[in-house]
Amino acid sequence: MSDTHDWIMEQASLLRDRGETTPRPARDPVNQPQVHTWLEAIGDPNPVYRDTPEATEVHGGPVAPPAMAQVWTMYGLDPHRPADDPLHSMMQVMDEAGFTSVLGTNCDQTYDRYLRPGDHVTVTTRLESVVGPKRTGVGEGYFVTTRSTWRVGDEQVATMLFRVLKYKPGPRSSGPDPSSTVRPARNRDSEFFWEGTAVGELRIQRCNGCGALRHPPGPMCPHCHATDQGHVVSPGRGHVYSYVTHHAPQVPGKQLPLLLAVVELDEGVRMIGELRDGTGSRLEPLSGPDSGAVEIGTPVEVGFERIDDDLTLAVWRVVDGGSA
Amino acid sequence: MSTTAPQVEHQLPPWELPVTTTLVVSTALATRDFQDVHHDRDLAVQRGSKDIFLNILTTTGLVQRYVGEWAGHAALIRACELRLGAPAYPGDTLSFRGTVSEVLQVGVETRQVVDVVGSVSLGDHVTARVTVVLPAGAQA
Repeated sequence: MSDTHDWIMEQASLLRDRGETTPRPARDPVNQPQVHTWLEAIGDPNPVYRDTPEATEVHGGPVAPPAMAQVWTMYGLDPHRPADDPLHSMMQVMDEAGFTSVLGTNCDQTYDRYLRPGDHVTVTTRLESVVGPKRTGVGEGYFVTTRSTWRVGDEQVATMLFRVLKYKPGPRSSGPDPSSTVRPARNRDSEFFWEGTAVGELRIQRCNGCGALRHPPGPMCPHCHATDQGHVVSPGRGHVYSYVTHHAPQVPGKQLPLLLAVVELDEGVRMIGELRDGTGSRLEPLSGPDSGAVEIGTPVEVGFERIDDDLTLAVWRVVDGGSA
Repeated sequence: MSTTAPQVEHQLPPWELPVTTTLVVSTALATRDFQDVHHDRDLAVQRGSKDIFLNILTTTGLVQRYVGEWAGHAALIRACELRLGAPAYPGDTLSFRGTVSEVLQVGVETRQVVDVVGSVSLGDHVTARVTVVLPAGAQA
């Protein structure tokens, strides 16, 4: 970062030291047709910008809108820029440094006099400052400020301070951070289950006394009261026993609405988990219960969603073509 | 010059301008700004924008049109400072509000400083300060 910053500031200093560019003439002199095109587009009704008695009375003839000062020297379609254009040069420096996005932040103009058809303006520009790095709402960047002066001959007619933010787009928040999800309580009884999901196995607790399966895991068999416990690995197939669409309140790490199901496994035990579509993607509301993609009895199979090194959740995917 | 005392805190009538694709494109071309984000929706979206959006030269022009329509055709615009904010996309409405915040005496000229805010649904599109000289007798 610091090396990059030093390099940016060094390049900025070199460009600033160049001072003003040589005067670049406008493609055309100030002319009425271009003014008319602008007036039409902007919708400005002011008669002084047209050949009218008001123009003659106020200005001795038509004048160009001051806001057009910069229009006369716009580069147009030609992508070529003179090598000494300080804004373009500084933008290239910033691009190279990884600050690839640009946003105009300030445009301050002053007008010494109104331009008339026939005035042929030139423009000079200098790099005024490069300030940064700054943390902004859109990402980290530098404010690059240039100053331009328009002249007719030697006479200054308008000036502009133009500032852009040249920035690295910040991380886009594309929904909640899954790692902020609520963590399950893990203990000696349930640890085998989470060790299983981490390796892609859906494990069901089994009583080593009577062989009965049970879920959620617990210390003692509800049938024979034995505390000797083991587990089986399930193929992870079952059907929706019941489900709910959770709209509110917000759940950490989840995007709402959330489809939660009680799934009855083929082995007979029931588990709770999030319902997904066949590809494992989140079920959008439109493809959710209202559209009939999920209903009681819909066949599902297990999927595994790795949250991080410590947690992998079992989720339930609707089996393709399985909805009734 | 007018002998009437200048009015401070004068409110400009509000102005609402629907932003259309035609407005964005016609003004971009009229200001000779051929950046693709001002006329090519596909490329604008590719570059991470929601749609094409108004260019800065047009915002400058619209702000001055707004102040100019209030000030009258004989007024002179001396300066225009823009701070740019939320983009103006087609389908949105650009709502202008203005207030005379200051009156400056510069030599023989009485300059009204007009604070303008142009807002869209996303927030303030532009916050501007326009310095304008009203014709003699128009400040009453």
